[in-house]
Amino acid sequence: MTADAVTAPSSRKLGLKSSLKRNRRWALIMSYGFLIVFAIFFLTPPYYMIVTSFKSDAEVAHMATNPWIIADGVTLDQYKLLFTQTDFLIYFKNTAIVTVCVVVITMVVSVLAAFSLGRMKFWGSSILATGIFLTYLVPDTLLFIPLFQIVRSLGLLNSYWSMVLVYPTLTVPFCTWIMIGYFQSIPKELDEAALIDGAGHMQMLLKIFIPVALPGIIAATIFAFTVSWAAFVYPMAFLYSSDQQVLTVGTVTSLIRADVYKWGMLMAGALVAAAPPLVIYAFLMDYYIAGLTAGATKG
Amino acid sequence: MAEVALRNVVKRFEEVEAVRSIDLDIPDNELVVLVGPSGCGKSTTLRMIAGLEEVTSGEIFIGGELVNDLPPKDRDIAMVFQNYALYPHMTAFENMSFGLRLRKFSKSEIRSRVEHAARILDITDLLNRRPKQLSGGQRQRVAMGRAIVRHPKVFLFDEPLSNLDAKLRVQMRTEIKRVHQKVRTTTVYVTHDQVEAMTLADRVVVMNRGRVEQIGAPQQLYHHPKTRFVAGFIGSPAMNFIPCRLEQNGVEMRVRLSDAIALPVPEANSARYRSAIGKDLIFGLRPEHITEPRRSECNGGREFIVNLDVVEPMGMETMVFFALGDTEICGRVDPASAGSPGQPMRVYANIDHMHLIDPDTDLIL
Repeated sequence: MTADAVTAPSSRKLGLKSSLKRNRRWALIMSYGFLIVFAIFFLTPPYYMIVTSFKSDAEVAHMATNPWIIADGVTLDQYKLLFTQTDFLIYFKNTAIVTVCVVVITMVVSVLAAFSLGRMKFWGSSILATGIFLTYLVPDTLLFIPLFQIVRSLGLLNSYWSMVLVYPTLTVPFCTWIMIGYFQSIPKELDEAALIDGAGHMQMLLKIFIPVALPGIIAATIFAFTVSWAAFVYPMAFLYSSDQQVLTVGTVTSLIRADVYKWGMLMAGALVAAAPPLVIYAFLMDYYIAGLTAGATKG
Repeated sequence: MAEVALRNVVKRFEEVEAVRSIDLDIPDNELVVLVGPSGCGKSTTLRMIAGLEEVTSGEIFIGGELVNDLPPKDRDIAMVFQNYALYPHMTAFENMSFGLRLRKFSKSEIRSRVEHAARILDITDLLNRRPKQLSGGQRQRVAMGRAIVRHPKVFLFDEPLSNLDAKLRVQMRTEIKRVHQKVRTTTVYVTHDQVEAMTLADRVVVMNRGRVEQIGAPQQLYHHPKTRFVAGFIGSPAMNFIPCRLEQNGVEMRVRLSDAIALPVPEANSARYRSAIGKDLIFGLRPEHITEPRRSECNGGREFIVNLDVVEPMGMETMVFFALGDTEICGRVDPASAGSPGQPMRVYANIDHMHLIDPDTDLIL
């Protein structure tokens, strides 16, 4: 009886331990399994694009070849043609100018707006904050009609500067909303400490709030960048000449002529167009994670 | 270095009156502790001195200057917050020097001030660390350092030890006292912990429901409370309050606690109590004045037998709890003479330290 009483709990404990270990191993196997499935799912289209962009037109058009491999040798012709025979570089330049301007405008406006709405209590501040988010809920497929009138009355139709004007209607509300959340999560004693230390509101924003909310600011920047780099409806509606066009619309309109698809160049163009967001993500993600984990471990 | 004065200071949040007409004079270099239960208005008072809350009415003077309309940065004060409020992206050095940098001090002056404060607080080795790399106690030191380097007229502490564990709290309490002795500056310290108030303060301000109940040196408040609230709030365990009746039996004045127990009032007090004879009052006696009978103190009529409900050994002494009528009473006895729960025990009431409270006014007679 006593021997039983002594051994039973310890063996039960052992069983528990091994089942815990088994559970953990299962969880690991499952997560790797799903990760591999998702990785294949998401990497297949880019792989297909890369393969196609390095093929010759003849190979792309040849129905008998395997679309997943390059059989006739790697060629850079599609890229050469894209850069020399089309206006792709003009689209790229236009997109870059528009995006940089939009990101700068968005961040300045939404950081200031979020700081005042999130940290300074004034009459109507919470209604304003909700109102800003509500404007984001109106889709651009509806907004472009009234915006068309506005852009035309400003004489900006068919000018990429109109994009600098209209993209912030998409980016500012959402970025402000993200930033309000970030600013509100910062303890109020921090601004009180800064006030007592002698900081004014602008110093408080620049020296305390922006550095502390950097992860949120980076998230908002990535969002603004992605939206203005990839927007399609507005340039489609407001821009029509090639010298003012941006990447998304320009690539498609110049490389699809009626029912003739220049697949090789389309894929090359799409890949080159996707490069900057990729680089920005990779760079900012590192910074973002570094910012989050700085000083997290005890020295 | 400056004195602080509050004149009829009132703070109203919409309908709620958080602070009701406070008058307070804090001389230069004094450490005053505002103490009271939560919601008593102590933190609001401190925040009004800091300039973080506007004053509804009344006047606040720092160094003789009316500061009601001055922003916090122009009041020349430094504040230490409950949650430290260190800037998370700055090192300890940058945190401490932030105020000086904003005020455009020279680099050498900043360095020497920060290093001096770091030496006082023993954090010289931690200056390059960020707040996340510091323990709670170290963060609190950095927060104090940030206040010290400024050489302000007044230090304000808002419950600075509440976030620390019990052991560290005691350690930091001593540290704060040591720092105040080294850096003599007028200090206003807010806490809800009466032990902290007693140990730190030159003078304690006991607040309740937005009013000042009593101001005095710690020992004065302990031994001569003016109201029932102060008597109950200061001291741990709290003072025992027992309903009683004051009787005159010939020449002897007695406090009747129950049918069986009537304690003789010390002669020194009897003149003061004469007007209350025959009235229902409240008898107050601290637990340390209810002990086992001691030979040197034995005095007729001050002993009675009780049935122990709970016995709590504390090591150096033992707490005993027993019922007297409907009231639970706590006594502090020698561990050797403490009985067991359910057993009778003879206890001695040292009523030289008794208080009588008028239940209508809650004032001590």
